[in-house]
Amino acid sequence: MEVLQLIVNGLMAGTILAVPAIGLTAIFAVLRFTNFALASHMTIGAFAGFVANVTFGLPAVAALGFAFVIAGLVGVLSDEFVLKPFRRAGFITTAIGSIALTIALENIVRFIFGNQLRGYDLPILRDWNIHGIRVSPQQVENFVVAVIVMAALFAFLSFTRVGKSMRAVADNPMLAAIKGINANVVARLVSFVAMGLAGLGGMLIGLDTTIDPLIGFKTILQIFAAAVVGGLGSIPGAVVGALVVGVGEELSLLVLTPAYRTAVGFIAILVVLTFRPRGILGQRAY
Amino acid sequence: MEHYLVAMGVTAGIYAMMALGMNVIWGKAGLINLGLVGFFAVGAYTSGLLTLRLGWPIPLGIAAGTLVASLVGVLVAMITVRLRGDYLAIVTLGFAETMRIVMSNELWIANGTDGLSGIPGPFRQALGPHLFNLQFLGIVTAATVILFFLVERLVNSPFGRVLRGIRDDEQVVQVAGKNVVTFKIKAFAFGTAALGLAGALYGHFTSFIAPDLFAPLLTLYVKLSLLAGGLGNSIGAVVGAVLVVFFLESTRFIIPLVPGISAVQGAALRELLIAVALLVVLRFYARGLVPESIPQPPLPTAPPEAAVAIERVR
Repeated sequence: MEVLQLIVNGLMAGTILAVPAIGLTAIFAVLRFTNFALASHMTIGAFAGFVANVTFGLPAVAALGFAFVIAGLVGVLSDEFVLKPFRRAGFITTAIGSIALTIALENIVRFIFGNQLRGYDLPILRDWNIHGIRVSPQQVENFVVAVIVMAALFAFLSFTRVGKSMRAVADNPMLAAIKGINANVVARLVSFVAMGLAGLGGMLIGLDTTIDPLIGFKTILQIFAAAVVGGLGSIPGAVVGALVVGVGEELSLLVLTPAYRTAVGFIAILVVLTFRPRGILGQRAY
Repeated sequence: MEHYLVAMGVTAGIYAMMALGMNVIWGKAGLINLGLVGFFAVGAYTSGLLTLRLGWPIPLGIAAGTLVASLVGVLVAMITVRLRGDYLAIVTLGFAETMRIVMSNELWIANGTDGLSGIPGPFRQALGPHLFNLQFLGIVTAATVILFFLVERLVNSPFGRVLRGIRDDEQVVQVAGKNVVTFKIKAFAFGTAALGLAGALYGHFTSFIAPDLFAPLLTLYVKLSLLAGGLGNSIGAVVGAVLVVFFLESTRFIIPLVPGISAVQGAALRELLIAVALLVVLRFYARGLVPESIPQPPLPTAPPEAAVAIERVR
């Protein structure tokens, strides 16, 4: 029973983790760099949602929308003015630039909100008990939101013209350019959607616990693990990877103390890179 | 005041050593290491634990710290070196964070978040605090100078030339029959050894290390040192480290002058300033104060007779 409970928890946590992991992998697929600034955009989303929820008194679901939009807008601006010029200078410069950017943005949040832990304004509900498996209604709500967002994203990428052009650029930028797809517009769109997802994910994680300016940086390793395990650059891969990491972290509780949950992600990265660098669903890793 | 300047000098020396190590990894071989603070921590903890718990002599502890950091560097490099650079970025960052988690949680190894205190320093009791710091400034300066010449020797050797080749065009180096993977791993081993050495010295200087000291911000300081001074250049690395320590310390005095902000806001402002400084330098000033000078092979000049012959034809 205990194992079953852990698996349920892991699937719930993994589904939430998948949201920012999709953002990371989408940026990698289209813009071809690992954006470490994802961490601060999760923090920005979590705090934007906090303002909407606690200061303006909106319900959590509406606040999630707010988190998506604000983080997405910051993502477009920061990419346009900070990261885009770096991309021409090569990936080391871009990676270091994105780390510096994430620390800068995180500290802007810290300057405004301070370091203390904060919680969202949520109704207190009793946990449900289904055949001995305990789940909280908030967990279920987060899970459902994450699933709906991902379904919407898949529909957007598969059926809309804009979504298809995003996939085209990811697949073959040269061919996409020949067909008249404006790479700049696609880049901005990807930044918006991906960082929006990061912000949404940041708030979803915060809804489960508490938030502080480090919330993004503390989870970034798990998100990288999810993306790498699934195959960097593959969106379905990010989902699969997130579920693997989520369940793996919970099952690790059988043998390790909770503090090591994050280390599990790192071990997963090492194992995957050693034996199957392109991940479960990725194309290639060199 | 003098006290403060001496401590600043030691910090500058330690940053300079890290910058020199990173210069081999990043500046010469063109490899990324976003978790350099993790290797610094490995050096500090290894030497600290061996001298404190097992009573090893300090020089032996420092040597062990250097060696262990280098071995870990080799492991990290071996896993990712064949893959795209992004993976090395992720793994190094993940390594540093995991190190911090392990050190924060394992009470039995390193006392958790409370950290290790009472790490012995050479003749700390006999000299008293002031003379001890002066002596340590001497030790760190000597170590930096030695490391400086080692790095210079290394990068000007055929080995260094291959590293530059890998940085500038890996395929050409491969075509020339060099084993790129081994060269990359060796560069990483050397660089992380320097990071470990800096960490070990740091621990013996301050006598106290804790997981919080090994935050990602330190990684930015070293990158900033390297960029400000001039990437790929040993003198630049040292000059940059001194500049960065000066800049960091000056923010300590400037921030309290900003009216109406709390301590947390001040700290946030300081970190913001440092991150923005790195972004600005990276964007607009990436060649640094002392740009890398690449020795040019002598160009074949036409011998005088030929020139005369050409002249005649004309």
